[in-house]
Amino acid sequence: MNATTTVSEHKPFTKKQSFALVFVCTLLGAAAQILMKMGSAKMEHFDVMQVLTNLPLFVGYALYGINTVLLMFALRDGELSKLYPIIALTYVWVTVLSMYFFDEKLTFWKGAGIAIIVAGVSVLGKATNPPSPTAGILE
Amino acid sequence: MKTPVSSMVLVLVASIFGSFGAVFLKMGAEKLKTGLLNIISWQAGLGVGLFLLSSVFFVMGIKNGELSVLYPMVSLGYVWTLLWSRLFFKEPVTKEKFIALGMILTGIVFIAALG
Repeated sequence: MNATTTVSEHKPFTKKQSFALVFVCTLLGAAAQILMKMGSAKMEHFDVMQVLTNLPLFVGYALYGINTVLLMFALRDGELSKLYPIIALTYVWVTVLSMYFFDEKLTFWKGAGIAIIVAGVSVLGKATNPPSPTAGILE
Repeated sequence: MKTPVSSMVLVLVASIFGSFGAVFLKMGAEKLKTGLLNIISWQAGLGVGLFLLSSVFFVMGIKNGELSVLYPMVSLGYVWTLLWSRLFFKEPVTKEKFIALGMILTGIVFIAALG
């Protein structure tokens, strides 16, 4: 058994599974951002002990890590052009959750800006071919 | 303006480090093709390290100011990544990609300057 077959041996996700996984990732990613913001408000400066002792920051980091790994798996099998628009939903969730948790206001320009970014990321997904293993990590 | 410019700069720096992290992870992933054990390479290690460094700047950046302004700025990462893909992997910048970049930048300007 050579290594090349080991890499490609995994059972690929169906389209539906990839979609569902990426959708879950957007929710996890948004939750991670909210927790990191909550945690950062409680800290004076950044150090490793902060991450370990500051619960929202710790959970936020953990979610972010899990999210990144899940996303890599989902993007490995799924069609990037169809999954990118879903990934961009994270921007919508973060905005909505920020209104709820931090009393931030949704202005016209914020709404318009988010819509254009989501559309732009969708166009980018269509233009990106073939999918690379690290694509989408930066969402 | 409710969101300090210093916070925006920190998130901007985070997005640059993050995009370099992606470049090295990509280099690390290329090595995977020649064997699964190659997951441990200096490129992959540096990629993860840059992601962690990026997250430090990001957390410091979102401490003050509105998350609904600062988080969308993370999409700047797409812009850098495209630039590095062109420079380091010689991936072509097509018209579509160029339009996508313009849209993402327009959205960020709307939110950061007018939002």
